[in-house]
Amino acid sequence: MFVIVVGGGRIGFYLTKELLAEGHEIVLMEKDPRSAERIRDELGAVVVNRDGCEGIHLAEAGANRASIVAAVTGDDADNLVVCQMAKHHFDVPRTIARVNNPRNAVLFRNLGVDEIISPTRMVLAAIEQDIPVHELLHLANLEGGELELLEAQIAQDSPALGRRPEEIDLPEGCTLFVVIRDDRAQSVRPDTVFMEGDKVIAISRTECESDLRMQLIGRPPEIAST
Amino acid sequence: MRVIIVGSGRVGAGLASQLADEGHEVVILDVSTESFRRLAPGFSGQALRGDGTDSSVLERAGAGEAEWFFALTNGDNRNILAAQLARQAFDIPHVLCKINDPLRARAYATLGIDTINRTGMLLDSIGRYMGRPAQAGAADVNVAAVPLAPANAEGMDASPAPGEAIPGVAPALSLVPPPVPTDSSGGR
Repeated sequence: MFVIVVGGGRIGFYLTKELLAEGHEIVLMEKDPRSAERIRDELGAVVVNRDGCEGIHLAEAGANRASIVAAVTGDDADNLVVCQMAKHHFDVPRTIARVNNPRNAVLFRNLGVDEIISPTRMVLAAIEQDIPVHELLHLANLEGGELELLEAQIAQDSPALGRRPEEIDLPEGCTLFVVIRDDRAQSVRPDTVFMEGDKVIAISRTECESDLRMQLIGRPPEIAST
Repeated sequence: MRVIIVGSGRVGAGLASQLADEGHEVVILDVSTESFRRLAPGFSGQALRGDGTDSSVLERAGAGEAEWFFALTNGDNRNILAAQLARQAFDIPHVLCKINDPLRARAYATLGIDTINRTGMLLDSIGRYMGRPAQAGAADVNVAAVPLAPANAEGMDASPAPGEAIPGVAPALSLVPPPVPTDSSGGR
């Protein structure tokens, strides 16, 4: 498979190295001459000192026959432009962008980027796994990050305590589907009454997360203060 | 009429000063407060320090109620990101994006973003100064300035009708991209 990687930072460097080891055809584009030189010493002629945001340079690198273009620079704007140029002017079937500001994930997807990787969100999710109560845990991202699988624990002061699903004002695009009580999972039914200690598993659109948090937990995230 | 301007360079600050003077509600954003010295003395708009490519900053700037949005930083890609945020996330009706690279300017015009291209404008102006027609292809997105302040007293109400040719602005055609090398301007 022919892959163009844009951005020779840590991610781009190791990505290229791994892909080469797997026998793929790679071009790594790095616009900074000194960085390009340095990685060329290690990875050889696959590294070109070119700006992947420039259409001409993408063309030179062979974008019109690439199966994948992966934009992994530290700059969201650059990554977006690389993917849009690849997609719309070189008909690259699959584009992958790294997003640093997690809020950009939805925008990038709406603008046609096929796959979005958010290191910030991944680390955030890992941190949230370690915060036991009063938090919404990210269990997984679905549909490329548009939907999230979340777990919320019902506490003494939760607005959902003692209520049935229909009495909870859920944001549109959220579904509560499983409740874990006494280590046993059961489906959320219309007559389920939420009790203290319940863990509720929900699917939510990313942008509804804070509304869902207010309904089930009743307070904003505590990460900043801990 | 709320106007948001991203980038307080010569063009951004000049436009902001002019529009605020005409009584419009102007918010100008820049990552450095130092750049705000370019604003006219007594600037009556709001100058906010912040990154115009960050949706939370745009929210603070009142992008939800803005009718005009200008992405005028020095970075083409930053402008492209800001402009698309303005369009997609905030649904701002009039969004203009400065793109200095002619190729990118043309590419994004076909993706539905109104673009203004300094390189093309300069090439064309120089060509006209020399008394010859602009080179086809070289200055595809070209000619004078955007007719931002039309003759009518209302100021900016006379926005260009869809499909109407605006000097200096590549028209937003459609979401279907034509091949890159095509010259769509008719080669002025």
